[in-house]
Amino acid sequence: MRNIGSLVLTILIATSASAQDTGQQATTNGSSNNQSDKGKWGEVHGNVQFDTQIYNPDTAIGAPPVPEKLLMNGFTNLIYTKGKFTVGIRYENYLNVIQGFDQRYKGQGIAYRFASFDTDFLSITVGNFYDQFGSGMVLRTYVEPGLGFDNSIDGARVKAHVLGGVYVKGVIGKQRTFFDVGPGIVRGIDGEIVLNETFKKLADSKTRFSLGGSFVSRYQEDDDPDFELPENVSAWAARFNLTSGKFGLNGEYASKINDPQASNTFLYEGVLRKNYSPGNAVLLNATFATEGLGVILSAKRTQNMDFRSDRYASGFNLNINYLPALTKQHTYLLAASLYPYATQPNGEWAVQGEVSYQIKRGSKLGGKYGTYINVNYSHAFGLDTVVNAAKSGLDASFFGHGSLYFRDINVEISRKFTKEFKAAVKYFNITYNKDVVQGLVGYGTINAHIAVVDLTYKIKPKHALRLELQGLFTGQDDGSWAVAILEYTWSPHFFVAVLDQWNYGNPKEKKQLHYPYIQVGYTHNASRITLSYGRQRAGIFCVGGICRNVPASNGVSLSITTSF
Amino acid sequence: MRKALFLAALAVTSQFAQAQIAKKDWAFPSVALKDMEGRPFNTADIKNDGKPVIVSFWATWCKPCILELNNIADVYADWEKETGVKVIAVSIDDSRNSSKVAPLVSSKGWKYQVLLDENSDLRRAMNVNNVPHTFLLNGNMEVVYQHTSYSEGDEEHLYEEVKKTLKK
Repeated sequence: MRNIGSLVLTILIATSASAQDTGQQATTNGSSNNQSDKGKWGEVHGNVQFDTQIYNPDTAIGAPPVPEKLLMNGFTNLIYTKGKFTVGIRYENYLNVIQGFDQRYKGQGIAYRFASFDTDFLSITVGNFYDQFGSGMVLRTYVEPGLGFDNSIDGARVKAHVLGGVYVKGVIGKQRTFFDVGPGIVRGIDGEIVLNETFKKLADSKTRFSLGGSFVSRYQEDDDPDFELPENVSAWAARFNLTSGKFGLNGEYASKINDPQASNTFLYEGVLRKNYSPGNAVLLNATFATEGLGVILSAKRTQNMDFRSDRYASGFNLNINYLPALTKQHTYLLAASLYPYATQPNGEWAVQGEVSYQIKRGSKLGGKYGTYINVNYSHAFGLDTVVNAAKSGLDASFFGHGSLYFRDINVEISRKFTKEFKAAVKYFNITYNKDVVQGLVGYGTINAHIAVVDLTYKIKPKHALRLELQGLFTGQDDGSWAVAILEYTWSPHFFVAVLDQWNYGNPKEKKQLHYPYIQVGYTHNASRITLSYGRQRAGIFCVGGICRNVPASNGVSLSITTSF
Repeated sequence: MRKALFLAALAVTSQFAQAQIAKKDWAFPSVALKDMEGRPFNTADIKNDGKPVIVSFWATWCKPCILELNNIADVYADWEKETGVKVIAVSIDDSRNSSKVAPLVSSKGWKYQVLLDENSDLRRAMNVNNVPHTFLLNGNMEVVYQHTSYSEGDEEHLYEEVKKTLKK
């Protein structure tokens, strides 16, 4: 891995040196002409993010003492571009990694480096890269630093745009795992044909149609003395996308051969067995979109579709594919962090429907500025699985279903009353199978009602005050919660927010605690500094659809981000 | 080996110091995205007849992003008339939510050009840490201003920057 690193760096030096040469020439030819310098010098851009926290032990909320007292996560990206040529590196340091992240991240180093060459026809990348085939159900590599998730492939990628609307790409490499790479080799090809580009007759058609297919294979040596395990595990997928005026329909089917691994073992007659069943997944989305109205209906079925480049890996580690959850991603604190759902890769059925409607401005119901209504329903349940002892696997009928995993009904109404004042109210009813979703025992299925009131008042054109009140009502789990947030923003630089979460309904009186928190921030163009102090509740923190458990903490945290 | 790497990195950094680091006007990168109809769209093809362009990174699950795009939508017709500026809303929703983009955009009545950056390729090329993050491109499609996060009233500051690009 290091050898490739130094190779990339050598290329970097050589290129930037030559960039400098031509740059100097340009300068002697007349540095006043900024325009002519541009392509010759090349450009460097990047970003930086630091998150630091100082921890106070707080036995009441269960925040343990942290030996280092101060923990920090940080990274810096540098990307150099000169015409069709791009090189980039990311230096990461986790000294030591903030609580709630995978502790295996401890360390520092260059965790990402690449060189790429792009033309209209061909694009070649060596080193680390992120890519996605279709909806990602057989391959998706991406990075989400806020969650400590990075499954980049370290290897090579070729993308070609063949004439006639045909797009092809191929990838090979090993995946990142913390500051190392995993044992398996991932190979994949993907093709897509956009029929409106292929057939000139369809070029201006209102109906757009494309088809795609992918094949991915993982090689990992079978080092198990007792079991015969497949060394080459292949997966494939086929997809389509159709839009016609206001209507849209897209879908993908994915399949994987048998792949006994740590995450799909099953208990039979008191013994944990290897699972030799194949896997499959199907996803379908239908949409209708017209001015003032949007509708989406989705369905997904997943069976034994966890796919990793190390059969012994678990958690957010060495995932090759991505199985999107068909539930609404909430933003209000209690709905987002207490009972969020994540796809169960071993088996689930999920359906979702959502309607968004804008009542016209100026109408009697809509008011002067219009009123917006959003209704969402999502439902996920298990498969009806039966043990197939002869094959050492699990069978499930296609339409059969097992226990309820998650259900969410939510309604939001928002309205701008005057130029200065707007309000939103939202109600949720969430049913959450805590045992299944969080992999625990004895918590059962929780039903909770959540209500939110969100009021914004513009004091002056650049000054705004926002008050948010939330309540979560349940007699189960930790009981009911109340939240109040008051936020003052002074555009374009300052904000201050005070927040209190109160677990007033906790069945244990000692745990009926307040979690006060204050945050101040300063933003200047693409840089932002935020300083916070207070108690943070143990909970689930989600970004872009995946979530991690965050332990309770008490202390000061400082976060700095900038892009340049 | 570590030392060699470090020295190499130092050498590179010093070379870069003489190249154009984060200079004010920089060319918008070329990244292959898709529009809401699934049509391939390369960001090198972003143009607006010599007029400025606002590129706003957002997501369906990001409240301040939607607030920003709603507030700009209220004044967008005036902005277009006065300056010819065009807004491109780049959604970073992944495959969990990307199908929800078109229904959301049309229900809100937004008139923006919308692009889907399903695996954050443009987001990484533009070094965007978090959404919302907004870029302003001048008539030559060079980035002249960028802003992260959104507070009520930020659009007024952005519009001042739009007008500045016309004076040059």
